[in-house]
Amino acid sequence: MNQPEGQMDDSPILSISGLTARVAGEPIDILKGVDLAVRPGETHAIMGPNGSGKSTLAKVLAGHPGYEVTGGSVAFRGQDLLEMEPDERAQTGVFMAFQYPVEIPGVSIANFLRTALQARLADGEELDLFDFQELLVERMELLDMDPAFAERHVNEGFSGGEKKRNEILQMAVLKPTLAVMDETDSGLDIDALKIVAHGVNTLKKEMPGMSVLLITHYQRILDHIAPDAVHVMVGGAIVQSGGPEVALELEAQGYEEYRAVTAG
Amino acid sequence: MPQNEVIQGLDLDDYKFGFVTDSEPVFRTRPGLDSDIVRQISARKDEPEWMLKRRLKALDIYESKPMPDWGGDLSELEDTLSETYFYVKPQEKMERSWDDVPENIKQTFERLGIPEAERKILAGVGAQYDSEMVYHSLKEEWESKGVIFDSIEDGLKNHPELFRKHFGTVIPAADNKFAALNSAVWSGGSFVYIPPGVHLETPLQAYFRVNQERLGQFERTLIIAGEGSRAHYIEGCTAPVYSSDSFHSGVIEIVVGRDAFFRYTTIQNWSTNMYNLVTQRALVQQGGHMEWLDGNLGSKLTMKYPSCYLMGEGAHGEILSIAYAGDGQHQDTGGKVIHVAPNTSSSIVSKSISKGTGRASYRGLCKVYDGASNAKSNVECDALLINETSRTDTFPYIEIDERSASVGHEATVSKVGDEQLFYLMSRGMDEAEAMALIVRGFIEPIAKELPLEYAVELNRLIELEMEGSVG
Ligand SMILES: Nc1ncnc2c1ncn2[C@@H]1O[C@H](COP(=O)(O)OP(=O)(O)OP(=O)(O)O)[C@@H](O)[C@H]1O
Ligand SMILES: [Mg+2]
Repeated sequence: MNQPEGQMDDSPILSISGLTARVAGEPIDILKGVDLAVRPGETHAIMGPNGSGKSTLAKVLAGHPGYEVTGGSVAFRGQDLLEMEPDERAQTGVFMAFQYPVEIPGVSIANFLRTALQARLADGEELDLFDFQELLVERMELLDMDPAFAERHVNEGFSGGEKKRNEILQMAVLKPTLAVMDETDSGLDIDALKIVAHGVNTLKKEMPGMSVLLITHYQRILDHIAPDAVHVMVGGAIVQSGGPEVALELEAQGYEEYRAVTAG
Repeated sequence: MPQNEVIQGLDLDDYKFGFVTDSEPVFRTRPGLDSDIVRQISARKDEPEWMLKRRLKALDIYESKPMPDWGGDLSELEDTLSETYFYVKPQEKMERSWDDVPENIKQTFERLGIPEAERKILAGVGAQYDSEMVYHSLKEEWESKGVIFDSIEDGLKNHPELFRKHFGTVIPAADNKFAALNSAVWSGGSFVYIPPGVHLETPLQAYFRVNQERLGQFERTLIIAGEGSRAHYIEGCTAPVYSSDSFHSGVIEIVVGRDAFFRYTTIQNWSTNMYNLVTQRALVQQGGHMEWLDGNLGSKLTMKYPSCYLMGEGAHGEILSIAYAGDGQHQDTGGKVIHVAPNTSSSIVSKSISKGTGRASYRGLCKVYDGASNAKSNVECDALLINETSRTDTFPYIEIDERSASVGHEATVSKVGDEQLFYLMSRGMDEAEAMALIVRGFIEPIAKELPLEYAVELNRLIELEMEGSVG
């Protein structure tokens, strides 16, 4: 694995080991023992067939209350992530770009992000609205978004691509240390894909320590955001890990080979 | 998600207007109501004979009408009223300068931010303390244009003809039990006249404060908006938190002249020991435009259905209402639109939020009389439920006697979704902040109609409700 530039610390920022989880109240685990270590500044791609548990992993990392962790551990920056509420996880630097973000009627993007940033400040501290406005405009420019879009209500009536871009806008404003991007590329046209990838790469340059978990079905986003590692998830576990070549092989051969392995 | 933690501790402690002022009334009637008390009130106000007669007749009507058996639970009201002070006079005379208002009463209104708002954004202010206005003032600019903004008592004294021509014509005493009660014991409220063609650029505001324990407040407001005039009137109300229940029953009559525009905004935030039973109605003449913007946050029980009687061709009526029912509260609110003339149009948008054991009901009437050709009306009510125990219901009544009318009705009920909460929390907001943001978004279509200062205040109140902490 490549050692990213400017990275001194080689110990993982995120280590997942033996993680099992299920839908709360259901009898069967969806995640059946996930192991994964990500070092600061690394980008890891996770690929895998529909229903293999990729989004479940992302949501468990973000603390979705609909899932129950039944075993294993997740350490993030040395802390037990599984002990934290979703907002605490966000405040320590975890961000998930949703595969299917929900609508928040009546709440503008600007208002939403302002509230999210204000929530990170200590009691009694006030967000500087001028700085915020400046940051928002600059981030929208980076993602080639019309500033007027900031007044639209979050995800209300957004096209598929607009929703995805809005997720990345949030990421660019909130500046996480770990960004989990769940199929951000699906639904983006070719130009939008390039813009979003450029946005992510710019963020990575600004914050060399930021790690990315990139969940995707397609090689093409990896042409723009170079992964340090590619993992294949099948049936709730990671069945293969390697370099960028793994994605190219998958693109050519599909998941047939792995299905045989897990069935056997 | 530990929703209950957020919900618990969310009760009267949050109510930041619950303080009591130590003030001595100059006069008050003994508890309870009879014709002698009505005479005392009328005598104190030095009223003409015709008004006393009206009051006594209204008392008869009140006594002959049964308690409503619909809406909220009024079973304990009879007992409450027998202990209620129907008239508590706060000071000898109404003042035109804050400097002349007794210090403790003045401080009360300062705590409520009234003089400050007056300086910043208002054309005029009236402040009622218990049964009477203690302060009334209109900026010189508007006074010189012939605008009248006075206490209702001074309206009767100083403009007897105009007063008598309209008083009780929009809402007669016999309209309903509480209109009859108000007509018998009314005290305080505003008298407003906007001359034809005058456009008031900033709002007039009346603020109603109850301080006396077990008070009945019966303000009466009469507004006459002349042809082609424009104005906005804002009403706010609060009260201390007492262990016994209080009672507020206002009557607001508005005459909207030809092609006039009038907006009446209420931000009602009574303490949760208050019965709030109000009748508000506007008669809208040809081409006139009436808007009720109704925010009901406080009280134990509110029953209030602002109405627009569209009397002249092309008249338009609009009712926008927000109701918030917290633990133990019942908001039974909505609106009525009555189409009498052709080409009239109306819209009702009602949004309610119920939390804990709160209950918000929408009750509305859309009536189109035969001959009101091409009348159009649209009703939309949306309810947001915060908890499993929260409750909402809708009672839409539609009566149409005109073939060419078109009437639409839409109702939605939604719950604060777990996915929405998770989405916001995954961005770093705690549960209360996330909840408040969702609620703010829900009421945004109405909040954005408020003057900025009031929208900010409304949002702040809601945040406070969601936090369960003392502000
Ligand atoms: N809330 C839920 N209720 C019921 N089943 C669920 C739930 N969440 C996930 N599952 C099931 O768990 C499995 C894994 O789902 P998940 O969404 O994690 O897959 P995925 O790898 O992200 O798939 P895709 O590539 O289609 O996005 C699926 O069989 C799915 O139906
Ligand atoms: Mg998925």
